[in-house]
Formats: sequence, structure tokens, C-alpha cells
Amino acid sequence: MPIQYQGILGEHLHTRQAVSVFDICHMGEFLLEADPVESGLDRILTQNIISMPVGSCRYGFMLNDKAGVLDDLVVYRINENKWMLVVNAATTFCDYKHLEKNLSGASRLEDISDKTGKLDVQGPLSLEVLKNIFGKQIESLNYYTFAKFSFEKEDCIISRTGYTGELGYEIYIANEYAKKLWNLLLKDERVKPAGLGCRDTLRLEMSYPLYGQDIDVNHSPLAAGLSKFVDFNKNFIGREAILKERDSGSLERLICFKADSRRSPRHGFTIFDRDKPIGMVTSGSFSPSLSAGIGMGYVSGDYPVGSRLLIKDNSIEIPVKVVKKPFLIKENFSKPSALKQSA
Amino acid sequence: MGIPGNLLYTKDHEWARIEGKNAYVGITEYAQHSLGDITFIELPKAGQELKQSSYCATVESVKAASEVFAPLSGKVISVNSQLSENPELINQSPYDRGYFFMMEFSDAAEKNNLMDVKAYEAYLESISK
Repeated sequence: MPIQYQGILGEHLHTRQAVSVFDICHMGEFLLEADPVESGLDRILTQNIISMPVGSCRYGFMLNDKAGVLDDLVVYRINENKWMLVVNAATTFCDYKHLEKNLSGASRLEDISDKTGKLDVQGPLSLEVLKNIFGKQIESLNYYTFAKFSFEKEDCIISRTGYTGELGYEIYIANEYAKKLWNLLLKDERVKPAGLGCRDTLRLEMSYPLYGQDIDVNHSPLAAGLSKFVDFNKNFIGREAILKERDSGSLERLICFKADSRRSPRHGFTIFDRDKPIGMVTSGSFSPSLSAGIGMGYVSGDYPVGSRLLIKDNSIEIPVKVVKKPFLIKENFSKPSALKQSA
Repeated sequence: MGIPGNLLYTKDHEWARIEGKNAYVGITEYAQHSLGDITFIELPKAGQELKQSSYCATVESVKAASEVFAPLSGKVISVNSQLSENPELINQSPYDRGYFFMMEFSDAAEKNNLMDVKAYEAYLESISK
């Protein structure tokens, strides 16, 4: 998948205003046949999967016993005891090993990444475009649910999920059909291809974390401000460590900040409170929607919304203000009926 | 886009348009294309003294930040104030509306260190191989 096709800014705005297709075939997918409790799956994941209805998806983490994030992932409940786990590309191998090690013998785990293609169709017109291809029943998909559809008689899974903050869908389909579907989507003149560059600016405007940058094995979901995806009422790997961290007051916190100018904070720049270095930028970019530099980073100490900080790198100095997440307020994309919002 | 014949060029893809004692300065089509969508620019201040091949400005795109070097030594007379709010002018019109600043150069002999259009075209070809 390229960084850009026509240009990051144009692709970004097209996704916010119309609809784009992203080739996300690099992501990892596992199929798992397992009783959620007996297999130990529920103990491996931080999200409550027992309460998930069949046909729903749920976001959460796999942690190590120190509560460091091994990966963030979306779990799909295909039936009572059948699951699809969608994981990051770079962590697929280690995730598989971790699952294999912690699942009981009664489960069956299969890595289907190599044969599974994934196309994300994102933007306010995504429903209209997909209705033409998959039929009217796609309207019934609510946010974070999925269903089986067919394309040229081939089964595929479509979920109403995404990484952009727009109304959008993620399509899982066998590789050879993914290419055909890509070409068909681009025949619709409303659809444009979008690359990794704008995928990053779109997700950052929503303050969605990127694994390896904003979340990693050195930080817990608590430090990352993502504890709402952790069910503390169940037992899971890393629970003791994260509870200890919660009670002692976490050392570092992921904060969001917005520059006073168009200047971009970048990954690796240092965050200062006046003269004192307090942390590092994990993600930073120009926000096309806000026309300002935005970023996230871990800091030691308490810096509530409104705090003034300085981002520095050599001679570069970027004054910023701590802001609430997300950077961009987008409410429509997760409303129950996709129909109403596109009307 | 054609490369203008009336400009002088550097290996870092800056250009200078000589008008008497003054020179307009910007970056080339090749530079703007490599950078991608430009989102921010830091220009020198009017009155600032520049030295040939030394830092004079920063341009940032969504992808990265890059430094720009002065094609000639001299004093900055005025800057293109349009660019701070509309840095995309550099992408749209690198040789004209997207110029960076105008300077009074101090040493005409320094022009010999710059390339004319033929030499710059040959240079572009050599680096694209």
C-alpha cells in the first residue's frame, strides 16, 4: 500500500467529504474456534467477549503480565464459539505465538492473513457506494457490527468499523476477489483510492492510537488513556499489574496537544514544560481539518487540558496547548442508523 | 511542467531569478513534488543577512520537514507573505506565486556557483538514474 496516490491532503479531505477506499490487505487476521472461557481466550483479551452478541465486534488489547500492550485488536464474534481476530501486521507473528501459548488444547487457531484481503471503504458516501455492490441489507449494519455478504458468489465479511472517524466499512475477502472488488469500487466516480499517509492523518485527528507509536509494550492501556477498553471485572493477563498501576498513580500519561501554528510536531520530538523535558511525541502531523499541527505523546506529571507546553527539536520550537481528545468532533459516524446520517 | 529558462538553480533545488541587483528565490518543481503537500513554511525576516548555501527557510509537508538554503549571499528585502496562510501556493506555482522572498545580493560572482537551466536539467537527469 502506497503512502499516497494523488496527495495526502486531497485524499484526506476526500475521505471526510465523500468516500475513499484503502487497501489494508497487510493487516493480520486469525480464525479461532474456541469456547471463550474454557479456551482461555477471555483471559487473553482485555475486552469482555462473553457479553458480545454474535455479529458484533469489540476493540481491546492483549497485554503481557506487566500490563504492557502486546497489540490492539478487534474481535469479531462469528458464532457462539467462532471468532475472527484482526491484529496489526507487524505484530501478527508474535500475536499468534502469544495466543498459541495461552490457549487451551480444545481450541483451533488459524492464521488466515496470507489469504485474506481487506479493503476499507470510508467516508460519508460509503453506504451509498456499497449498497450498489452488496445490496440494501448493508443498511442494517450498526456501528461495530458485521455480517456475511457475497461478492461474485464469494463469501466476505463486512463490518461497520474503521480508523478514520467517518461512516465506513471494512471488507474481508479472499485475495483474488479483493483485487476485483478494488477495481469495481474505483469504477464508481465518487470513490478515490487513499494511501497510508492520509490513513495516519485521519486516525490522528480522531486521536486513535497507532500500535508501535502511541501504544506499545512499555505502556499500559491506563497510561494510554484507553482503560475503557479494559474490563476490570474479569480476570485477564496483566490485570494485577494494571490494578497496581491504577492504585499507585501511573507514571506517564498520553496527552493530546494542538499547535498554535500550522507547524507539525513529529514523532520523536521532545515535550517541554518551560525548560523541563517531560516526555516525547509519539505521533504528530499537520491536521488538514483543523489547519494546525496536532500530536500525542507520553508525559510524566499532571498536565490537564489547557496546559501550555513546548515541543522542541534542535532549533524547532512549537508552542502547543493540551487539548481534549478527539481533536476533531465527529458524531454521526457511530449513530445507530447509517441511513439517517446519510439522508 | 517545463523548467524556466531565465532562472539559476542550486543542487538543493532552489532557484533564483535575477532582476538587476535583486533576486527572487524559491524552490523548484522537482522540490515541491518530492515534498508533497506543503503545510507550513518558516521564512527569513526582511533585513536578515543570508549567506550562500546556508540555511534560510524551512518547509514542512505532511510527510516531512526540509531546510532550504540561500542561493546567493545578501540581504532579504521582502518575503512572500501569502505563504504563511497559503503554503499550498508553493505546490501550485513554485516558480511564480509560490516564491519565498526577494533579496538584494551582495556578490555577483556567486552566480557562477549556480546552474543555468541546461545544467540543471542535466543534473536532474543524473540524479534520477
